[in-house]
Amino acid sequence: MSDTALPKSPASVRGILLGRRGRGRFDLTDMLTYGFLILGLLVMFTPVAWVVVSSFKTQANLQEFPPTVLPYASETAVIDGFDAPLPLFDVTQQDGRKVRLAQVRRVGLNAQMVDPADPGAKRIVVPVVNAVPVRQVRLAVENYANLVAETGADLWRYVYNSFFITVVATIITLIMNSMAAFALSKYRFAGSNVALVSILSTLMIPATVVLVPTYLIVAQLGLVGNLWGVILPTVATPTGVFLLRQYMLTIPDELIEAARMDHASEWRIFWRIVLPLSSPALAVVAIFSIMSRWNDFLLPLIVLNRREVYTLQLALNSFQSEFEVRYDLLLAMTTLTALPLACAFIFLQRYITTGIASTGIK
Amino acid sequence: MANLSLRNITKSFGAVQVIPDINLEIEDGEFVVFVGPSGCGKSTLLRLIAGLEDASGGDIRIDGESVMQVPAADRGVAMVFQSYALYPHMTVRQNLSFGLENIHMPKEEINRRVEDAGKLLQIETLLERRPRQLSGGQRQRVAIGRAITRDPKIFLFDEPLSNLDAELRVFMRVEITKLHERLGNTMIYVTHDQIEAMTMADKIVVLRKGVIEQVGAPLELYNRPLNTFVAGFIGSPRMNLIEGVVETEANGTVRFTASGLPPLSLPGSGASLKAGGKATLGIRPEDFVLNPDGGQGWPATISVAEQHGANSFLHCTLANGEAILVHEQGQSKVGRGDTLIVGPRSGQWHLFDADGLRVEVQ
Repeated sequence: MSDTALPKSPASVRGILLGRRGRGRFDLTDMLTYGFLILGLLVMFTPVAWVVVSSFKTQANLQEFPPTVLPYASETAVIDGFDAPLPLFDVTQQDGRKVRLAQVRRVGLNAQMVDPADPGAKRIVVPVVNAVPVRQVRLAVENYANLVAETGADLWRYVYNSFFITVVATIITLIMNSMAAFALSKYRFAGSNVALVSILSTLMIPATVVLVPTYLIVAQLGLVGNLWGVILPTVATPTGVFLLRQYMLTIPDELIEAARMDHASEWRIFWRIVLPLSSPALAVVAIFSIMSRWNDFLLPLIVLNRREVYTLQLALNSFQSEFEVRYDLLLAMTTLTALPLACAFIFLQRYITTGIASTGIK
Repeated sequence: MANLSLRNITKSFGAVQVIPDINLEIEDGEFVVFVGPSGCGKSTLLRLIAGLEDASGGDIRIDGESVMQVPAADRGVAMVFQSYALYPHMTVRQNLSFGLENIHMPKEEINRRVEDAGKLLQIETLLERRPRQLSGGQRQRVAIGRAITRDPKIFLFDEPLSNLDAELRVFMRVEITKLHERLGNTMIYVTHDQIEAMTMADKIVVLRKGVIEQVGAPLELYNRPLNTFVAGFIGSPRMNLIEGVVETEANGTVRFTASGLPPLSLPGSGASLKAGGKATLGIRPEDFVLNPDGGQGWPATISVAEQHGANSFLHCTLANGEAILVHEQGQSKVGRGDTLIVGPRSGQWHLFDADGLRVEVQ
């Protein structure tokens, strides 16, 4: 390895990709680090890549075994005298010559073929074993067109529902969590530690355990089949409170005292001083909230029982029925559903890393 | 502008009593400095006056009215914090106007005050910057400016210069003194630096362990310290304190004997002196005479001679092993290992009794 590969500036993409320990040779630790990172990349990214690539395969291509890596489609040709386009095959004839023919129909182990150059000639009967379909890499974008066509206006309704739940729930989560965190970090009151510990102890209870009680409360409130029935039960999150509290502890008390002497009400201190200064931690909580709300499945599944209030995740689920699984549509929609989160991550990852680093917890 | 009176103020944090009992009167327009070693309760006292802490007992009166039940913002005091406590996410202008906006002052009036304060402190070109784009001295000015815009009756400064480098500290010291002359407000200034106290104050309050040791003008404290603590604290380099035994002689002289040293005959008679009683003799470094005419004095061996150019500081060891510091005007001829006779300048010595209290000697 030559020294020219050394990163000139640590901030450049090249610098990040080719960064090495120290300045000199490719160290053992470098190999281990890159090896581990590449392994992690493969483990985490392969399924995603597989889904995205598969979403461009035709239904027939999807059901092939063994599966193909790239999306293939059979080549077809429009031939005079036939209404539908006919699939093309490379046929090895008895004398060893190869010709390209179009298949008209298949009967048992034989297929009737026609020469595309001479459609008026007699049909040729070819054993199937001698015919290899002519295939080409092709993106089946019609999966997406079909998805929009088949679900129609409902698709936009699902998108709206998911967006509404994610945005509204995230806003309420941020407000609720930051207010609790402000009180727990900046006020000295009897029982503040008890309050904090009891909030944190709810972390030990799995969400599935409280699913039924949650449903019962939602039902009592008459919110079954209502988007608010999904939004309200989990607006206060213990991780969010804890993360924000830890961050707010780092805001100097003198700032708050200065604001207090500046005639600021407690409410104004919260809005004008504490919240703006907590923005890195708020970004982290927002990202976590957006992720969990967008991907949430269990609570919407039991609360949202009508098609009109389905979220994207529930709609995805509805593509698999007892009798068939529409893999082409399912994969197309999965890709679409994951896109907003991927975008959010790309744009907000800066905040995630700085925010997590500065709050000192993961 | 206002006078301030503290009556029987006590303050405890839990079981720890920080301020046992303080009585203090501060006149309108005075520049008062609270000085003392760290942990002496001076900052706590300032925060009690500001209203950031509640006193455990006693009464605080501003302009004759008790402010014990008045919130910090309404006491008519403004505080400059040690860390400056500037709002990091606001521009200098917003920092200065935040307090005024909170009391719904008209916009023109706010602008006028901000511009005036900016001009007064020479920060008018920095108004659109944020605190992190300012140097330490500029931040300091903004912090003072924020106090000025509120037009308070009393300014409170909590060690405002401790974060500045030595040169800037000297400069800001003069600036704050000038500011006091221009504004004429009552100012209370907390510091652990006795030079700041000596140079800035109209009145110094020396505190130790929450108790006022002495109150007075700077030179009064310097010339007539009431006890060994004040004697040692005020003045730099510090006063030499030598323990010994005192006898009053008939001819109106006090005879002071430190163990292992020849006795000194000091002119004057102390009313409260007991013959044979333990006492401490205090002599400031500049009040030593080298090789006095009468030959009366202590032999001292020089261990280090510091030449500052205009002054010389001689670190000496007395015959009994005690270390003293002698200040000689100009450049000294003596060097390490030389032995001198040192004695107090006539009338420039301080005598303290066994309890460390000053003994007036006529």
